[in-house]
Amino acid sequence: MIGTATVYGLCASGLVAIGLYGLVLHPTPLRKVIAFNLLGSGTFVLFGVAARRGGAAGFLADPVPQAMVITGIVVAFASTALAVALLLRLQETGASSIETTPPEQQDNGAS
Amino acid sequence: MMPAGYATSEGGALLVIAVMLPIVGMIAIFALGLRRAERIAFIILPGGLLIALAIAAEVARTGAAVTYVLGGWQPPLGIALQADGLSATLMVLTALILCAVGLFARGTFSTPPDMSEARRPMVFWTLMLGLWSALNTVFLGQDLFNLFVALEFLTFSAVPLVCLDGRRETVQAALRYLLFALIGSVFYLLGAALLYGAYGTLDMAGLRLQAHYNPATSVALGLMIVGLMAKAALFPLHLWLPPAHAGAPAAASAVLSALVVKAPFFLILRLWFDVAPQPGNQLAAQMLAWLGIFSIVFCSIIALRQVRLKLMIAYSTVAQIGYLFLVFPLVMASDAPSAWQSIGWTGGVLQLVSHALAKASMFLAAGLIAEALGHDRIDNLNGAVTAVPISVAAFGLAGLSLMGLPPSGGFVAKLMLLTAATETANWWIVAAILVGGILAASYVFRVLGRAMAAPKIGFKTLAHIPLHRELAVLGLAISAVVLGFVPLQPFAFLGIGRVGLP
Repeated sequence: MIGTATVYGLCASGLVAIGLYGLVLHPTPLRKVIAFNLLGSGTFVLFGVAARRGGAAGFLADPVPQAMVITGIVVAFASTALAVALLLRLQETGASSIETTPPEQQDNGAS
Repeated sequence: MMPAGYATSEGGALLVIAVMLPIVGMIAIFALGLRRAERIAFIILPGGLLIALAIAAEVARTGAAVTYVLGGWQPPLGIALQADGLSATLMVLTALILCAVGLFARGTFSTPPDMSEARRPMVFWTLMLGLWSALNTVFLGQDLFNLFVALEFLTFSAVPLVCLDGRRETVQAALRYLLFALIGSVFYLLGAALLYGAYGTLDMAGLRLQAHYNPATSVALGLMIVGLMAKAALFPLHLWLPPAHAGAPAAASAVLSALVVKAPFFLILRLWFDVAPQPGNQLAAQMLAWLGIFSIVFCSIIALRQVRLKLMIAYSTVAQIGYLFLVFPLVMASDAPSAWQSIGWTGGVLQLVSHALAKASMFLAAGLIAEALGHDRIDNLNGAVTAVPISVAAFGLAGLSLMGLPPSGGFVAKLMLLTAATETANWWIVAAILVGGILAASYVFRVLGRAMAAPKIGFKTLAHIPLHRELAVLGLAISAVVLGFVPLQPFAFLGIGRVGLP
C-alpha cells in the first residue's frame, strides 16, 4: 500500500534525477537552464510532500512549506531570467557555447 | 519539543538596519536618479560601517548575542536574526572591505559628465549595495530557508558584477558561475526540504535541539554542504572561479574573492557546528579536509603557472579557501571543552579574515598595476614599481599573509592551524600547510621579482593613478599585516553567543 505522499515523493525524486542529469551532462547552456528548472520543480514537490506529511496534526496541510515553495518559485524564476539574459548577451557577442577559450591565450585582458 | 524562544535584545533593531540600509540605498539610487549612484553609495558606506561597529560593540558590551525576532513571531513560524561574536566580526570585516573598495572605485565608476545616465556605474554601485545586504543577512540569519534566499540574493548580485564590461569571455565566465551557483543552491534547498520534512522546523536553534543521526539528516546535510562547496569553490568544484574572478573589474574581483566566497563557507561552518548532531561525522570531516588539501596543493601549482596576474590571484583564492576546510577535523579532534575554544577554530576564522583583507588588497593592487601598465602579463611587469610603487608595496605586504610569513594575519592563522594539526597528529594537514606556504611564496615572489625589475627602454606609464586609490589598497594590506600582532590563543570574542556558553 503506497500513500499519496510516497507517490509524490517518488515523483519529486524522479524530477530531481532528470534535472540533475540534464544539468551535469547536457553541453548546451539553454538545456542546462531548463534542467535546472526541472530540478527546482522536483525540490518544490518535495516541499509539498513535507507539507502533506506535516499536516497530520488536524490540518489539511502544513502551510509553512507552501509559503517557502512560493518564495522558491520566485527565486527560481529570477535565476532563470538572469541566466537567459546572460545567454542572449552571449549570443550577441557571437559565442557559440559556454566553453571559454583557455585564459592563457587571451591577450591584454586587463580590466 | 519547541525550541527555546528567542527574545529581541536591546540593540536588536541594529540588525534590521544592517540588512535594510544597503537596500534603502539601492532604492534611493533608482528613486533619486542614476546619476547620483556614487554619491548615495558614499552616504551608505560609512553608515553601514558605523552600524556594523555598533553591533560588534553591543556584542562585546553585553557578552551575549544580539537578537531580533521579526514581527515578534517565534520560530518555526517566524524568523530570527542573531549576531554572535563570529557574525559581528564578519560584518565589521565586510563593512571595512566594502568601504576600502568603494574608495578605490571612486571616480572609476562615475557617470561621464556628458551623459545623463550610464549603465556601468549604476549597476556597479547598486550591486555592491545589494551584495552587502545579502552578506549581512547570511551572517545574521537563523533560519535555513531565509539563508537560502540570502544566498540567492548574493549570487544575483555577484554574477552581473563578473560581466560588467560585457566582453565575451566575461559573459561566459558569468554564465558558468551562475550555473554552478544554481546547482549549489538547488542542492541546498533540497537538503532544507528534507530537514523540514524530518523535523518540522528550519530554525537553527530548533534543529540543534532535535537533530539526531538518521538517514534523512545525513543526506540532507550532505546535500547542503556539497551545494555550499560549489558556491565556495572548493576543489574539484572550483572550475568556475578563476575565469569569473579574473575577468571582473578589479573592484568587483576584490569583493568577490574576499567576501562572496566566504559566505557559503560560513554557512558550512554553521551547519557543521550549530545544526548537525554532535559529535560530527569523522569521515566527512576528513573528506572536507582532504578536498582542502587538494585545493591548496593543486591550485597553488596552477597559480604558479599562470601567465596573467589576475588569474594567478584567482587561483590563489581557491588555494587559500582550501585552508578554511582544514578546520573540521582539527576542531573535532581537539580536546578543548567546546569547538570555539579550540585553536583550530580561531585559526580558521583568522585565516578567513586575513585572507579577505589580503586578497582584496592584492586584486585592487593588480587592478592598479594593470591600469598603469595597460596589461597584466606577469612576464612583462618590469617597471611596475616605478609606475605604482605603493600598489606594488601593498601587493608584497598582502603576499606576506598568503605565504604565512610574519608579521601578518596569515602567519598567525597558519601557525594556529599548524599547531592544531600537530596537536591532533594530522600529519597530512601539517604537510599541506607547509607545502602551501612554499608554493604561495613562489608565486608571490615571481610577481614581485618582475615588478621590481628595471623598466625596459621606452617604458612609460599609461595612466596616472590618483593617490587615494593607492592608499585604499595599502590600507587593506596594512590591516592584514596588523592582524599578525593578535595573541596566539583562542579569542573569547569569537565564542560570544555560541551554543553552550553561558
